[in-house]
Amino acid sequence: MSTPFYVSPQQAMADRAEYARKGIARGRSLVVLQYADGIVFVGENPSRALHKFSEIYDRIGFAAAGKYNEYENLRIGGVRYADLRGYTYDRDDVTARGLANVYAQTLGTIFSSAGEKPYEVELVVAEVGETPDGDQIYRLPHDGSIVDEHGSVAVGGNAEQISGYLDQRHRDGMSLAEALKLAVQALSRDPNGSEREIPAERLEVAVLDRTRPQKRKFRRIVGRQLSRLLEADGAAAEAGGSEDSDEE
Amino acid sequence: MEANTRSTGRLPAAFLTPGSSSFMDFLSEHQPELLPGNRQLPPTQGVIEAPHGTTIVSVTFPGGVVLAGDRRATMGNVIAQRDIEKVFPADEYSAVGIAGTAGLAVEMVKLFQLELEHFEKVEGAQLSLEGKANRLSTMIRSNLGMAMQGLAVVPLFAGYDVDRDKGRIFSYDVTGGRSEEHGYAATGSGSIFARGAMKKLFREDLSEAEATTLVVQALYDAADDDSATGGPDVARRIYPIVTVITEDGFRRLTDDESSAIARSVLERRLEQPDGPRAALL
Repeated sequence: MSTPFYVSPQQAMADRAEYARKGIARGRSLVVLQYADGIVFVGENPSRALHKFSEIYDRIGFAAAGKYNEYENLRIGGVRYADLRGYTYDRDDVTARGLANVYAQTLGTIFSSAGEKPYEVELVVAEVGETPDGDQIYRLPHDGSIVDEHGSVAVGGNAEQISGYLDQRHRDGMSLAEALKLAVQALSRDPNGSEREIPAERLEVAVLDRTRPQKRKFRRIVGRQLSRLLEADGAAAEAGGSEDSDEE
Repeated sequence: MEANTRSTGRLPAAFLTPGSSSFMDFLSEHQPELLPGNRQLPPTQGVIEAPHGTTIVSVTFPGGVVLAGDRRATMGNVIAQRDIEKVFPADEYSAVGIAGTAGLAVEMVKLFQLELEHFEKVEGAQLSLEGKANRLSTMIRSNLGMAMQGLAVVPLFAGYDVDRDKGRIFSYDVTGGRSEEHGYAATGSGSIFARGAMKKLFREDLSEAEATTLVVQALYDAADDDSATGGPDVARRIYPIVTVITEDGFRRLTDDESSAIARSVLERRLEQPDGPRAALL
């Protein structure tokens, strides 16, 4: 008869964390930045249909890196949570903070329960405020911790390097075109330092735009509008940016 | 926190179970007591008195559809409210106007809006106009129990069909029976009179401006002959709610725009109280 192995709790948790981190690192990283009129989500995603970014509620957006089926599951759970809460109370009672807490609890429970395999995902929950001061960005790593971020945040395998790059260059009050370009520059740097080109067709871009007249502030930026923003130099691009919003 | 009462802050299993994209289906699995149709009514004697909304009219024109409603809510012979709103956007490309028990109607619209929005967020695509009309049908059917006690809700649903590039109107009965209307439609107690007016004034080639004027004329005629329908209230500056849905989406006319239309209709009626006439032959 064989004796069961003893694995120390520290070792077990470290193994689970490594397992999750490796899973997350297989996918591409993505970034979320504040700009003057809102929050922009940028990532490399060859798929047109399987999104990394999506709308959760009026002012709340969601971004995820890692395993698709797992973050999709969490995304739908979040939409259900937000819609149910808004239906029971009021639309204003749905907040990014509340949602981030629920996600943190969910990820944390899954991570530390021995019966389940840890989720290989890293999430960002962002809410756009009336003014830049009201913007909220929360990063949720696989283990259920929660980090309140300001300015810019990167998640995914290569996140540390990218966020280092962003921290040096991001400043408050950037225009959408400036923020978008900075995000693309940050994403196109490889871990070994070399740069590669990410064509516009492989980019997924979405914004939470506080200037949008509708209650729902989330919109995707695609096609012509995206290439125009990428080509434009700095502030000149902005004029066209928020006008033709609904070309989804 | 409602969503969390059943666990330790973690999303309950129902939230993470793959399944339907319908918010109503989710509610009926997770918290069925929150669905309006599942409410148990105590046995009552006679009909329950609650404010009722009255006339809703809708007209299509090339490129879109107009949906409008008067502003009166009545409770028996009392005017319960003079500035009630009975026409609401359902989503970007559709709107719903409701006659019947006001309280239930507003609740039904709220759930309907959420149903469409929920589907859109989960699926990443909008429902077809037909699909939206069918969802509304289901909701009315679930209200049948209350309708039998006098708390009926009878909506008119209008939208721009992006796939067919045209405006379409759907009308309903209390059992959820749905039928597509061609050209124009009306619901509520003043609808017979409104429909008569629209029948005479409607043409296939109306412009948007003509269509919005037409619905105001029809509402005037409804108010003229039905005591439960309110006409334009010039003294209090309360005018009908007129909404237009086109390729560009839903738009509600501003107070200035709808008052301008209502005033021009009123002016003409001062000279000709029965309104514009159709040619005899």
